[in-house]
Amino acid sequence: VTSWQPLIFFGLSGLVVVASILIAFSKNLVYSSFALLGTFAGVAGYFVLLGADFVAVVQLLVYIGGIMVLYLFAVLMTSGIGDVKVTNKSIATKWALPAALALLLTLGKLIYGTKWFASDQPVVLEPTTARIGDMLLTEYLLPFELASILLLGVLVGAVALGRRGVQAEGKGQ
Amino acid sequence: MINLQHFLFISAIIFVLGIYTVVTRRNALGILLGTELVLNAAALNIIIFGFFGNQVVEASIYALFVIVLAAAEAAVALAVGLTIYQNFKTIDTMNVRELKG
Repeated sequence: VTSWQPLIFFGLSGLVVVASILIAFSKNLVYSSFALLGTFAGVAGYFVLLGADFVAVVQLLVYIGGIMVLYLFAVLMTSGIGDVKVTNKSIATKWALPAALALLLTLGKLIYGTKWFASDQPVVLEPTTARIGDMLLTEYLLPFELASILLLGVLVGAVALGRRGVQAEGKGQ
Repeated sequence: MINLQHFLFISAIIFVLGIYTVVTRRNALGILLGTELVLNAAALNIIIFGFFGNQVVEASIYALFVIVLAAAEAAVALAVGLTIYQNFKTIDTMNVRELKG
């Protein structure tokens, strides 16, 4: 929209691409997990740049505040905190790398070759939170309630899975 | 002015790196990191089209549902990962081959 938009875009692109490459290629699982932080933060930046302020904040809260911490806990609980070189081995890179490059080239050709729609109205940037709240409780009420049921199921399921392990360990001792 | 294609290409890069991570990693948690990348790329794509089509609010709602599903998936998958670790003492997917363990 303004002249500094390209600067922000390329800065965020650098952050996101470098962090994603680190996730995909790093030998150390802890580095990969922390690189996830860069990708999530960069994508949150894109959301702000694209006028989706509420989604950007949710991304920060849920991904960086919740999922990142969950991942780090899981990584450290399964690999051991004293284990400095937490290995994150890869297989079949000889075949996967050309396939991934081919996929990227195909997607790039599609993206740059397609004649996309052009919105003729100028984009208006305005706060979205109030309208999202309205629509979630009117037009999108059913998916909203389904999501809450799903989250309840996930909560119970995760506790049940985690608890069974604890009980089995207790019995063994 | 950055146009639609540049945003979509960044999203495609994230998606492809996520697919690559899922395919090549042996550590189950590494594979989960790849799925997070793929889901994030999908949410970003939705927001990109919403912005350039002047429908940011609708796109935001869909992106929110993607984020909810990603959080649910991560919670359950990590619980499964911890249970696998307790049973096998490893989460390397090459060594976890037993059914009815």
